[in-house]
Amino acid sequence: MNLASLAPLAVVLPILGAALTFVLIRHSRAQRAVSIALLSLTLLLECLLLASVWNGGTAAVNIGGWVPPWGIVLVVDQFSSLMLVVSSAVSLAVLVYATGQGMADGDQDAPVSIFHPTYLILVAGVSNAFLSGDLFNLYVGFEILLTASYVLMTLGGTGPRIRAGVTYVVVSVVSSVLFLIAIAMVYGATGTINMADLAIKLSELDEGTKTLLHVMLLVAFGIKAAVFPLSFWLPDSYPTAPAPVTAVFAGLLTKVGVYAMVRTETLLFPGDSLNTPLMVVALLTMIVGILGALAQSDIKRLLSFTLVSHIGYMVFGLAMSSVAGLAAAVFYVAHHITIQTSLFLVTGLIERRGGSSSVDRLAGLAKLSPLLALLFFVPAMNLAGIPPFSGFLGKLGLMQAGIGLGTPLAYALVIGGVLTSLLTLLAVARVWNRAFWRKAEDAEHPDPVLLAVPATETAPEGGATAVRLLPRTMVGSTLGLVVLGVALTVFAGPLFRVADQSAAAMLDRSAYIQAVLGDAALVPAAALGGGGK
Amino acid sequence: MTVNLTLLTVMGALYACGIYLILERSLTRVLLGLMLLANATNLLILATGGYAGLAPFFSKDTDPGSYNDPLPQALILTSIVISFAVTAFMLGIIYRTWLLARQDDIQDDIEDRRVAETPSFDAEDDAVIPVETSEFPLPMLGSDGSAAAESTATVEAGGRTLLAEHAALEEKPGSANFTTDTDTDTDTEGGAK
Repeated sequence: MNLASLAPLAVVLPILGAALTFVLIRHSRAQRAVSIALLSLTLLLECLLLASVWNGGTAAVNIGGWVPPWGIVLVVDQFSSLMLVVSSAVSLAVLVYATGQGMADGDQDAPVSIFHPTYLILVAGVSNAFLSGDLFNLYVGFEILLTASYVLMTLGGTGPRIRAGVTYVVVSVVSSVLFLIAIAMVYGATGTINMADLAIKLSELDEGTKTLLHVMLLVAFGIKAAVFPLSFWLPDSYPTAPAPVTAVFAGLLTKVGVYAMVRTETLLFPGDSLNTPLMVVALLTMIVGILGALAQSDIKRLLSFTLVSHIGYMVFGLAMSSVAGLAAAVFYVAHHITIQTSLFLVTGLIERRGGSSSVDRLAGLAKLSPLLALLFFVPAMNLAGIPPFSGFLGKLGLMQAGIGLGTPLAYALVIGGVLTSLLTLLAVARVWNRAFWRKAEDAEHPDPVLLAVPATETAPEGGATAVRLLPRTMVGSTLGLVVLGVALTVFAGPLFRVADQSAAAMLDRSAYIQAVLGDAALVPAAALGGGGK
Repeated sequence: MTVNLTLLTVMGALYACGIYLILERSLTRVLLGLMLLANATNLLILATGGYAGLAPFFSKDTDPGSYNDPLPQALILTSIVISFAVTAFMLGIIYRTWLLARQDDIQDDIEDRRVAETPSFDAEDDAVIPVETSEFPLPMLGSDGSAAAESTATVEAGGRTLLAEHAALEEKPGSANFTTDTDTDTDTEGGAK
């Protein structure tokens, strides 16, 4: 028995946790302990999985003993286990943050007790989607995480959340229906939905059918990944949710879409048939997204637009279908999950400390809370891609790959990428200048909290019941994520090596197919037109 | 592969009605549209299973060629359960919308509207500097060429011409929304800082 056969536990443990926290719904302290313990256990397990494939290799687990291509398989390779570890680390930090927030608010109401089971189901769905080696199981993983996200999005059922929730639910359901139609057509064309089996059988189809299936899958995943012009729903729906929920959505949900796009492009439809449209879409996503961010005055909305914009970088790396480009995209996904989540968590802290998330009402936070300023500054510079942070390294990898490709469109994307990076810097610098750097009196509508400095500073001593503005658990978990973001910079060397290997393995495909279908499986020659090393 | 024409016609009709309904603004109709789309997709999956046949694995003597393909039916079962959960959740949301707003319509995002109406002029970034900071005073000019110190500098904002100071005030949500009749108002002493 090898380590990889523990892979199903990455899905089972969070679901078990969800069941337990449902039972313990009246005991919030026990509920917190159970969910944090089980998520830590899941993270530990996923670290073991990553360690087992760290030097390459792919392992498949047949669920229930059904042999593929008939049964469901879970596949552990470098990319999927790396995604699992990063996503679980981020979810754990957000969970600690959310429990800290619940305790600080003294909130014993139902929404918080429903939070834990729903959150764990979301994590299970994300793990299932990352591990799945079967197209329909991928759909089920998506549905698990989406259904949990519907509940989290409308937590508390206030007016704005319901309004945002409606858009989100309808768009997600439509994209799921598109995905399901694509699965039906794939099954009709090939008679299988096992992804390794599909990799062989799809290549035997004629060009027209193949393009139709390819486009349908990409559109379905593109809505989930928020790729322009399918990204309209994201800035509308994310900002109204509670801060920890927005943070985990921003970090994970769109990246699951990107993950599915990567698998579609590399495993199911290798080659460069749709690379040109993907590159154009990537360029538009970057530019349109960041221009939207510049118009916003609410930090959460601004970050939602930068989220859309930076999805463009990942699509760019994917569209090059070269080892260098794909490796940079893999690294960028890991970097972006961490950074985007920590920025949203910091925004939650800003909202607590400054009373608002609108830059018109915020000012002077750097003086009020230097730690908060540091917590914002580091990931913000990281997002904008200032050296030596991981954002810079990821973008540098993409630029090098783009210049290596050498086509005019690739050069246009490189220029667009640099421009987007600079505009991101402008967007976060404006937040910095207004919310942190200027004097509190200079704000257009300073929040009373900001002006009454001495009163709030002495409030916690006044009585034990006073609500702490910045609880230690919330600051601690945010700090943990920021440190993780910096660690991605420090350990970028080994991480890029793993990203390189996983990109090479994904483009080669033989390891994946043989791990699932056995060594005897015939791997079709990779139809790599351009870019293959 | 043979196909059942009735099934396909029904599927097409369901898709057409579903797409029509999700384009409506009423939430209940959108929900009905989503349900129709989900069921049309179930029919599509059923159609990919090929012709109708005998129950699979029921008897050992059955010729494998006369089986019905069981996999699409398993997929449909899963997708029915999922769409059931989503429908229940949507009904909950619709009821909540009705409780909160007494209406069944999809509502606009207020912040979207506000951002769309914000003038491109930004007081923090674009305002003419009100105080002369140079040791060698020069008249600061607005975009129309008049000196800023005389409080007649104007900016183009949202298709109309505003005094710079008015535009700066308009930045603030809800505080000083100048209507178009004040744009031509030259009495700026009141709004001066």
